[in-house]
Amino acid sequence: MKAAPFDYARPKSLGEAASLLAAHEDARIIAGGQTLVPMMAMRLARPTLLIDIAHIDGLSGICEEGAQVVIGAMTRQASAEKSSLVHAKLPLLAAALPWVGHTPTRNRGTVGGSVANADPAAEIPLVLVTLDGEVRWQSEKGQGGCKANEFFAGPMSTELPASAILTEVRFPVWDGGNIGVGFHEASARRSDFAYVSAAAQVQLDGNGKCIRCALGIGGATPFPVKLDAACAALEGTMLDAKDIAAALVADVAGLDIMVDGHASPAYRRRVAAALAARALSDARDAATGVRA
Amino acid sequence: MKITLHVNAGERTVDVEPRTTLLDCLRDELRLTGAHSGCEHGVCGACTVLIDGEPARSCLMFAPQAEGYEITTVEAMSPAPGELGIIQDAFCAAHGMQCGYCTPGMILTAHALLKHNPSPTRAEIVEAISGNLCRCTGYGQIVEAIELAAQRLRGANTEAAR
Repeated sequence: MKAAPFDYARPKSLGEAASLLAAHEDARIIAGGQTLVPMMAMRLARPTLLIDIAHIDGLSGICEEGAQVVIGAMTRQASAEKSSLVHAKLPLLAAALPWVGHTPTRNRGTVGGSVANADPAAEIPLVLVTLDGEVRWQSEKGQGGCKANEFFAGPMSTELPASAILTEVRFPVWDGGNIGVGFHEASARRSDFAYVSAAAQVQLDGNGKCIRCALGIGGATPFPVKLDAACAALEGTMLDAKDIAAALVADVAGLDIMVDGHASPAYRRRVAAALAARALSDARDAATGVRA
Repeated sequence: MKITLHVNAGERTVDVEPRTTLLDCLRDELRLTGAHSGCEHGVCGACTVLIDGEPARSCLMFAPQAEGYEITTVEAMSPAPGELGIIQDAFCAAHGMQCGYCTPGMILTAHALLKHNPSPTRAEIVEAISGNLCRCTGYGQIVEAIELAAQRLRGANTEAAR
């Protein structure tokens, strides 16, 4: 469990980091390192140059910009977890963050690192996709970005250009009241990699009717997916158990489920339907002020 | 490469390969063997140290990355050589260990928990140590040790673990 040899660089600016990345074919960016370091220890990754972006000004921090909350890529997961802005404006992210690894890994792990790493079981990418967020990056050629639903390409694979550095992650903020969220995961033990995870955020009108719905599934699929048809079907309903069950059928049946040694596709599909229903009913109860 | 680390309120300069983990640097270069090497890929928590006061895995950080942070190891938990801090003593009193391999990580994790939360519930203690594996005790007495430490620290009215 020892990494192969590499050179280490600690650039002071994003421009310097981008130049280093462009000049070295086997260079990797390291932020919190909570996935990259074990991958290097197991020699699944063997970069020849590590570019440590932890000391670049402006890459950390959480702020509100228009109808979005912008989280700097280098922001530690633990900082986001403690952020009052995240709790006030991004309740779904606040609900998901305690599920990300354990406290000691959240103290080092970063929001941007989790997104760039694109583990299918990762919670932050799931929330980003569910809320229709965006990512931004910078390379030597300049700035770029895309929608979350265009960013994730497969397990540990994204559309981030090879010489680009993820700089920020943008989460849309829902306007108005009566918003509730639900988040559920199934894993071998608490905070292990999720076999299936489900994230839901809903908004109700004064009569309890759903006027806005976002539902995403992670862990089961090569990358997190938003269940758009189910969301559309649930808007206008009272989010009763039978509404939820009926809305989920087609979307869950259509999920591209991953096959691995941990859980069968049939199990993952069944659990995805169950956790999605649970996340939605939790979100509905939270929006109406009912505590489960 | 030459790096300077702030460890246990002192400054230490070492010459290491960049691929040296903070854990190996602490143990092999600085002879601070309290941080234990378990899984070496971030699962077991035996190598837990405090980085700027918060628990982290020293096996998941290369030594050059640690430059500029305050690193605290279990050696700093005792008030003087040969003595035990309050949390350490509570682990002895409650038999919160058998082989002791996970104990430094447990002590530092407990230290950080009690700094933020002087009166944790049992569930909060279990959550806090959920990233630290113990293969001997079944955890019951570790939780009791942290409860005892919390109680003693509240009574002592001093900074946690000192």
